[in-house]
Amino acid sequence: MAKYLLLKHYRGAPAAVNDVPMEKWTPEEITAHVRYMNDFAARLEESGEFVGGQALAPEGEWVRYDGEGRPPVTDGPFAETKDLIAGWMIIDVDSHERAIELAGELSAAPGAGGKPIHEWLELRPFLAENPAVTDCPHR
Amino acid sequence: MNDALLRSLTPGVLTVLVRRGADFAAAEDAVQEALIEALRVWPADPPRDARGWLVTVAWRKFLDATRADTARRRREDRVEEEPPPGPTPAVDDTLQLYFLCAHPSLTPSSAVALTLRAVGGLTTRQIAQAYLVPEATMAQRISRAKRTVSGVRFDQHGDVATVLRVLYLVFNEGYSGDVDLAAEAIRLTRQLAASIDHPEVAGLLALMLLHHARRAARTAPDGSLVPLAEQDRGRWDTALIAEGVEILQAALARDRLGEFQAQAAIAALHADAPRAEETDWVQIVEWYDELSRLTDSPVVRLNRAVAVGQADGPRAGLAALAELDASLPRHTAVAAYLHERDGDPTTAARLYAEAAHKAPSLAERDHLTRQAARLNTYLSRRAADDVDGTDE
Repeated sequence: MAKYLLLKHYRGAPAAVNDVPMEKWTPEEITAHVRYMNDFAARLEESGEFVGGQALAPEGEWVRYDGEGRPPVTDGPFAETKDLIAGWMIIDVDSHERAIELAGELSAAPGAGGKPIHEWLELRPFLAENPAVTDCPHR
Repeated sequence: MNDALLRSLTPGVLTVLVRRGADFAAAEDAVQEALIEALRVWPADPPRDARGWLVTVAWRKFLDATRADTARRRREDRVEEEPPPGPTPAVDDTLQLYFLCAHPSLTPSSAVALTLRAVGGLTTRQIAQAYLVPEATMAQRISRAKRTVSGVRFDQHGDVATVLRVLYLVFNEGYSGDVDLAAEAIRLTRQLAASIDHPEVAGLLALMLLHHARRAARTAPDGSLVPLAEQDRGRWDTALIAEGVEILQAALARDRLGEFQAQAAIAALHADAPRAEETDWVQIVEWYDELSRLTDSPVVRLNRAVAVGQADGPRAGLAALAELDASLPRHTAVAAYLHERDGDPTTAARLYAEAAHKAPSLAERDHLTRQAARLNTYLSRRAADDVDGTDE
């Protein structure tokens, strides 16, 4: 099994095919979209491939250490050009092909006009904690 | 025996162990182990005396742990093997347990976790699931909390307001996973109300019952939010409402008003309206005025602006809103709502979209986005109709 992180972006991803902001859809189209997303997660739970997922607020700030005895420096809100993650889902699947297949399904969620959004999702494999024993026969 | 009944025995068993001389932290661990054992054994082999069984098993667990501890530290102190003679007293110090678990030295999240475990009898795993954190994290949080209160004398009386805040937090968490925290908060508040006569305890219990009564109507089958005005009032739980109103009236009659009674009074006025249009908004505004005097919270003033918008019209609501800090959570959502009622769908649609962007939860975000979508759909259809009209 291999774990993958699926990332959805508020901005920073290439433009989707059906790229209409949600508030310009009809309420019924939003309902259909939410149902699709919920069903998708439920299906992965059933197949034993769902690990976790969470949506993120579109706002945030940068923070860094500023030296002993000083409060951390913050910088924000984010610049308009910053790549902005909207949410993540972690899946645990048998193969890279399966991960691609699932990301494709998620990207097909319906949007404006009830048509698939064709949204670009970022797919990132996890680094395993340790190499598989049989992968390193000489260890 | 059902799960809630088993858990209702927890505080009594715990206080027996403490009274026998076990320190709170060790006693609490022992009771937790006894509960887990009960969940395992009882379905096939239910005891005749549930409480006695729990006391016996918990005390044995406590002795085992103390012995293991003693051996580990190579101490030679002898531990008393048998409990002191005499029957298990029926009276318990449940109230003291509430005070200890909500002690002001604890952070809110620690107080919540400790209360749910020591008073509520939930397992660490259940609490972890309910708050969506790993079990090991929750176990750490609980043992740190116990260390924090280890120096507090068990017989010390605390401030009931701290206990109420903890129970209120549990109630507001709602439910995720297999533990219904709202129902659990109600159970714990009922139990508290049985051990202390205090109008704010009654006020909080009434508030919880009145809100809980609307729960089934508050979400659509697909999980989306249903606003109060659009709820199917036939799905409200009339028994819970009647109970909440009765408890509230008895509390108010004592003339020691507090914030929970005032909040419950507002909830009761909503519950009292057979149709949304029949809501007594004027009285609700008066209760918000009381509440502002009691708490001076900006959230209360924001909710008051909504009520003013209903009682005196959207313009008055917008005027009340203009006096508040625009960065308050949900300020934009309230503005959108009032502008729509004021007959300005264009501004309302823009504000709903902005409010969705700032929404603190997914359900609210979806709801606000849907409101923006509804108005935008209406506006574009109206524009299309106007064009059609010109063509004819």
